[in-house]
Amino acid sequence: MAVPLTVEFSGGLEALFNNERSINLSLESRDGSENSPTITDLVVYLCEKVMMDKRRELFVIDGYHVRPGVLVLINDADWELVGEENYVIQPGDEILFASTLHGG
Amino acid sequence: MSGRSTESIRPLSSATCELCHIRKPSLRRPKTGQKICQPCFFHVFETEIHNTITSANLFFRGERVAIGASGGKDSTVLAHVLKVLNERYDYGVGFVLLSIDEGIKGYRDDSLKTVKRNKDQYAMPLEIVSYKELYDDWSMDDIVAQIGNRNNCTYCGVFRRQALDRGAQKLGIKHVVTGHNADDMAETVLMNLLRGDTARLDRCTEIVTQSTDSPVKRSKPLKYAYEKEIVLYAHYKKLDYFSTECVYSPEAFRGTARALIKNLETVRPSAIIDIIRSGETFTLERKRGTVATKLGTCERCGYISSNRICKACVLLEGLNAGRAAVQVNGSEYEPHEGAALHKRLEHLSF
Ligand SMILES: [Zn+2]
Ligand SMILES: [Zn+2]
Repeated sequence: MAVPLTVEFSGGLEALFNNERSINLSLESRDGSENSPTITDLVVYLCEKVMMDKRRELFVIDGYHVRPGVLVLINDADWELVGEENYVIQPGDEILFASTLHGG
Repeated sequence: MSGRSTESIRPLSSATCELCHIRKPSLRRPKTGQKICQPCFFHVFETEIHNTITSANLFFRGERVAIGASGGKDSTVLAHVLKVLNERYDYGVGFVLLSIDEGIKGYRDDSLKTVKRNKDQYAMPLEIVSYKELYDDWSMDDIVAQIGNRNNCTYCGVFRRQALDRGAQKLGIKHVVTGHNADDMAETVLMNLLRGDTARLDRCTEIVTQSTDSPVKRSKPLKYAYEKEIVLYAHYKKLDYFSTECVYSPEAFRGTARALIKNLETVRPSAIIDIIRSGETFTLERKRGTVATKLGTCERCGYISSNRICKACVLLEGLNAGRAAVQVNGSEYEPHEGAALHKRLEHLSF
């Protein structure tokens, strides 16, 4: 089932995504099942379908794990509160990826 | 220990903030693991900085203090929190925003616009000092055009440090606060350790530093504030800051140390504060016969220096000689490193 959501980038990450600060998506689970997609599904999608920039390592490490130093907020709450990569995305969710790695 | 026992009593995912037990939590604090709501987060974040300030006696009533303001997240959060605390606790401190215009097209242009807005948002006077004014008409772009991209952080570092001090002196201010955060501190400890720089290792965690070549005191009120919390604070408070990496990228070694810190934080969030604590506790034994460096003034610019000629003037000399060489030869001159530049200049005659 495709789930509509909004993805936002900040802290310099937008540079990896065509300088888009916000994009709207409709996302399905990677395995094509009826399950709702997770954050991991989203990250894979962003890397494979959205990111044009070659510097993938600024966003993910070890495959598709969000790089330490990139904060993820789900509906403005720390993703550490809701299961991080395993969080199941709900229709209308707003997911923000914010890099903390840029100059102070 | 007490944290552990409370955790075992409380249900695993607490539905309410662990401090007020009323609102929904918004974040998990890296330092403590506590899940807390936004108002409680603002309160603890600000109070911890206040405690850092008071326990180190950082300010005195009537003091004028310059905030080194880059327009980035750290210095913006610093300016905001200092304004809040100055009012809440009546420090009686006069804060001034002090910005350096390195002359980097497209980078400082935009970040200076942010600082100019901060000036109004925080109702603080703003002073902008440019490299061109301070360093024989050299902007950072000019410097890079001359020396290439390799070593420019050496220049950026020496020039930027003196620029803040010189700007402060121009204003008659003896104290500059900067936005260095806990992650920066931990990174510096690690780098000094990995480089075997024992001279810096046991001093780099000090909250107040007065370097031998500066008459201006430096301090770091955010030294215990995690970068994650600084970013969240700026985000939740909707602070106006600028976040594009300096186009002249930092040294690779620092980047590696940073990545290491961030990876450690993921596995063990307290690692950052633990590294700082370790740094603070180091006491390195000095070898006998080490003579304390004598303070003098730079022969060129009169700035306080432990050497005959200060670092900035040594670098400037190289740059100016290079400019002269280009004019004399009338040909393309492209050395890639400062050291190489000096070497080649030795063989030139004017
Ligand atoms: Zn609360
Ligand atoms: Zn000098």
